[in-house]
Amino acid sequence: MFDSLESRFAAVVPAVDFCSLRAVEQRSRVLSVRQDVVQPIRNELDVGAMVTVMHGGGLGYAATGDLSEEGLRAACAQATRWATHTARASVYDFRRLPMPHPRGEYETPVERPWESLSTGAKHELLRDWSARLKRDARIVDWEAGLWSVREDSLYLTNGGGRVRQTQHLLSPQLAVTANEGALTQTRSMRDAGESQQGGLEIIERLAIGARPERMAEEVLMLLAAPDCPDETMDLLLAPDQMMLQIHESIGHPLELDRILGDERNYAGTSFVTLDMFGSYAYGSELLNVTFDPGVTQEFASYAFDDDGSPARRTFLIERGILKRPLGGLVSRARAGIDGADGIANARAASWNRPPIDRMANLNVEPGSSSFDDMVRSVKRGIYLRTNCSWSIDDSRNKFQFGCEWGQLIENGKLTTVVKNPNYRGISATFWRSLAAVGDGSTVQVNGSPFCGKGEPNQVIRVGHASPACLFRGVDVFGSA
Amino acid sequence: MRETFFSIADHVIAGLRTGEEALLWFEAERSGFVRFNHGRVRQPGSVTQASLSIDLIHGARHAGGRVTLCGNPPADRERVSGFVAELRSELAGLAEDPHLLYNLEPASTEASAGATLPDPLDLAAQVIEACAGLDFVGILAAGEVCRGFANSLGQRNWFAKPSFNLGFSLYSRADKAVKSAYAGLTWNANDLRRRIGDAARQLELVTRPAKTIEPGKYRVYLAPAALQEVFGLLSWNAFGLKNHRTKQTPLLRLIAGERLAPSITLSENTAEGAGPAFGPAGFIRPQAVELLREGALCGALVSPRSAREYDVPTNGAAESESPEALELAPGALPEDEALAALDTGLYVNNLWYLNYSDRSTCRITGMTRFATFWVERGEIRAPLNVMRFDDTLHNMLGANLLGLTREREMLLDDGSYGQRSTASMRLPGALIDRCAFTL
Repeated sequence: MFDSLESRFAAVVPAVDFCSLRAVEQRSRVLSVRQDVVQPIRNELDVGAMVTVMHGGGLGYAATGDLSEEGLRAACAQATRWATHTARASVYDFRRLPMPHPRGEYETPVERPWESLSTGAKHELLRDWSARLKRDARIVDWEAGLWSVREDSLYLTNGGGRVRQTQHLLSPQLAVTANEGALTQTRSMRDAGESQQGGLEIIERLAIGARPERMAEEVLMLLAAPDCPDETMDLLLAPDQMMLQIHESIGHPLELDRILGDERNYAGTSFVTLDMFGSYAYGSELLNVTFDPGVTQEFASYAFDDDGSPARRTFLIERGILKRPLGGLVSRARAGIDGADGIANARAASWNRPPIDRMANLNVEPGSSSFDDMVRSVKRGIYLRTNCSWSIDDSRNKFQFGCEWGQLIENGKLTTVVKNPNYRGISATFWRSLAAVGDGSTVQVNGSPFCGKGEPNQVIRVGHASPACLFRGVDVFGSA
Repeated sequence: MRETFFSIADHVIAGLRTGEEALLWFEAERSGFVRFNHGRVRQPGSVTQASLSIDLIHGARHAGGRVTLCGNPPADRERVSGFVAELRSELAGLAEDPHLLYNLEPASTEASAGATLPDPLDLAAQVIEACAGLDFVGILAAGEVCRGFANSLGQRNWFAKPSFNLGFSLYSRADKAVKSAYAGLTWNANDLRRRIGDAARQLELVTRPAKTIEPGKYRVYLAPAALQEVFGLLSWNAFGLKNHRTKQTPLLRLIAGERLAPSITLSENTAEGAGPAFGPAGFIRPQAVELLREGALCGALVSPRSAREYDVPTNGAAESESPEALELAPGALPEDEALAALDTGLYVNNLWYLNYSDRSTCRITGMTRFATFWVERGEIRAPLNVMRFDDTLHNMLGANLLGLTREREMLLDDGSYGQRSTASMRLPGALIDRCAFTL
C-alpha cells in the first residue's frame, strides 16, 4: 500500500520549515462465538495519511484517505494554510523546535502468524472455549473472541526522515456471566485487557485454552459469595488490577499535555506540577516505574513515536521519587524540559488524528517478594483480581476502583471469596502505602486497546506489565 | 459525498453474484478541528474521511467489514472490489447465522440540511477574538457529517448535516472552571460572543474561595449536563434487549418490578434527535421508543440480531443497542427556581467519570467537576472542591427525587472517537434529596 508513497510525497512536499507525512494502514479481523453461536466475522481495512506542517511558527495538519499525488498535494496545502493562518495565535512558536528526521524500522516478532490457522480452525477453537464456559444453568451469557490487528505505518519528513513500523497485535477475550435472582456476576479478561503484540502464539503464552472451566467455576462462586466487607485493610492487587491502578493514577497524571493544560476541557488536568520532577515522593521506596517500549510482547511497543522521536526504556519513578514525565517532544519543549532521553509519547490513534501525549508501555518494575510472602505478611486484608469499574477525578487524585473477584486474607492465608469488592483512595498518598512488590514470578504483561483521551477524541493502545503489589491500610468496601 | 456513496454502492451491487445480497453503510465527514489552550491555538487541522461497511450475504451466511474510501472513484472501485472478494472467499467456510436479520421492505429516505458553514479557519479566528483575555480551553469541530445506507433490494437512505460544536471551559485557577458549549447548524458570531460572555460572567462565582465538604448525604441539584453523564453511563448497557435478557443491565431491579419515581419517563426519541433515522441493517427507526414510563421499565432498544435471537420485533437499534437520542420528560420545577428549591446543598453543573460501584443494584459513583457550588438558603456561596458521589439510581431518580425542571436542554454529543457523533440527549435538571458523597 505504501509503494511509491515516498516519491509522491517528495513530489508534493511544500516549501515550509517542516513537513511530515504519517501514513497508516490497519488490517483487522474480529472472530467471536457467543453462546456457542458463531458471530458475524468483521474485517477492516483502514488506510490514510496525515500531513503535518510547521511554518512561520504555526502548526497545521490535514488528514486524507487519498494517497494519490493529487490527494497529498491538497493535504499539504490545507496543512500549510492552517499553520500559516494560525501562527500568530499559536500556543507555541514552532520555529523554536528543531524537528528530527529519523530513520529506522520496527516490526513485532511473530512466531505463529494469524493466517497460519484458517478461519474455520479459529472458529473451532472459539467454539471449544465457548462450550466449556457454559457449565451451569445459571450461566446466562458467555463469549469467546479473537481480535487481530496488523498496523503498518510509514513516517516521512521533508529532511529525509523515514521510519517504517509494523505492529502485529492480538486481543483474546473470554467472558462468562451468571445470574441468580437480582444478582449478576461476571468473570472476564476485562475488555481485552490481556492484549499483547505477536501472533497466535499469544494464545498459548496466556494459556487461554486452560481458562474456561476455571472462569465458569469462579463466576458461580461469586454468585454464592458474601459481599465484600466495608473496612480499612491491606490490599493485595493482582497484575490485572495493577494495570488499571498504574494507568489511571500514574500514567495519566504524568502526561505532560495534562500538566500543560491542553486536556482541561475533556480528560482533565493533573495534580502533578512541573516543579515536582526530581524531588516529589510519588510512592514508597519500593516503587519503580518505567516507560519501556522495548518489551517484545507488550501491547504498545515501538521504536519511534508519531513525531519521530526514538523510544527507549526510561525510569519515570525511581525508589519512589518522581523523575520524568510522559510526553512528546512538542510538550517537552513547551514545558522547558531539555534532552531527548528516550521518552517518546507523541502518539496518534490513527491517520485521522494528530499525535498527543499518551502513555504507552508503562510498567511497575518487579521487587523481591514472592506472592506467598506477601499473603503471609497480611493479618487482615483482601486480594483483588480483574478490574470491572474505574473512576477518578479530573486531577487524577481521588479514585475508586472495583474488581470482579475478591478474596479475603486472614492471618496470612487466603480465605473467603467475596463479591463486589471496591476500594478508594487518593493517588498522591496511595502509592506511599506500597508495602511490598512482587518478584518476577508474579509479573504479568497486560495491555488494553481502549484508552480514551484528547480533543478530537482518540482511543489508543497501552501496555502495563506489573507484579502483584501489596498496599497497607486502604478503604475497601462492597455493595451493602 | 452523496454521489461518492451511491456510485460505489451501485458498483458493489452490480458485482454481486447469483444469490448474494449486500447491505452497505456509509460514514463520512469533512471536519475542521481546532484545539485551544490558554485562549490560543494548540492544534488546528482538517480531516476528510469516508468509509464503507459491507455485509455480504448468501442465504443465512454472511461476512462483514469496513473499508476506507479515498474519494477517487477508480481507486475506490478497485479497493472495494478486492474487499468484497475477500469477504466472498470467507462465506463458504462460515456457519449459517441463526440471528441474521435485515430489512426486506425497501424504504428510501433523504435528509440533508441545506445550510453551509463558514470556513473553519474563519470560525477559529472568531473564537480567538471572542475569548481574548480569558483562560479558554476546548475544541472546535465544524463541517459536514454524512451517513448513508443502500442495499441490493433497492433501498437508498441519505443523511447529511453541516454542523459545529465548540466545547469549551473557562478557567479561574487549578481545577476551578466553567464549562459551556456553542453547537448547532447555523453559526452566528453574536451568539458565540454571548455564549462565551455568559460563561465569563459565571466565572466570577468560581473565583471565590472554595469550600470542602465532609463525606455525607446532601441535597443536590443536577443540571442537565450533569444528568447527561448519568444517562451517558447507563447508555452503555442499560437499555438494550440483549442486556435485559442476559441480566447484565444495571436496571435489574426494574426488570424485577421495582420502579423509579413516577416523574421518570424516558424514551429514545429519534424524531427529535440529531442523527439519522436509519441504521446499518436498513431498518427505519420509529419516531420514539418508550423505555421507562412513570418509573417503570416498559421497553428496550432491539437490534436486528437481538430481534432474531429473542424473537421480538426490532426497532432498528444499532448493534450496541445504545440510545442515540435519549429524552427524559420534563417535570414541573421552573429552572429559575432551582436554586431556591435546593435551599441548602450542592448545585452540580457537571459530573465526571461515572462508573458502577455495583452494577446489579445500579449503584453509581463519579466525581463533581467544573462549576459545582455550595448553596445556602438558595444562594451560591462558594465553588466546591471536587467530591465523589456513590449512590444508587434507585435513590437518585427514585425515592429521593424531589423534582425535574420544566425546561429541558438539548445536549449535542461532542464525542469524536473515530468520527464525530450524531447523538444527542434532551434532559431537564433534577433536584435530589440525600445523595451520598464518600470522598
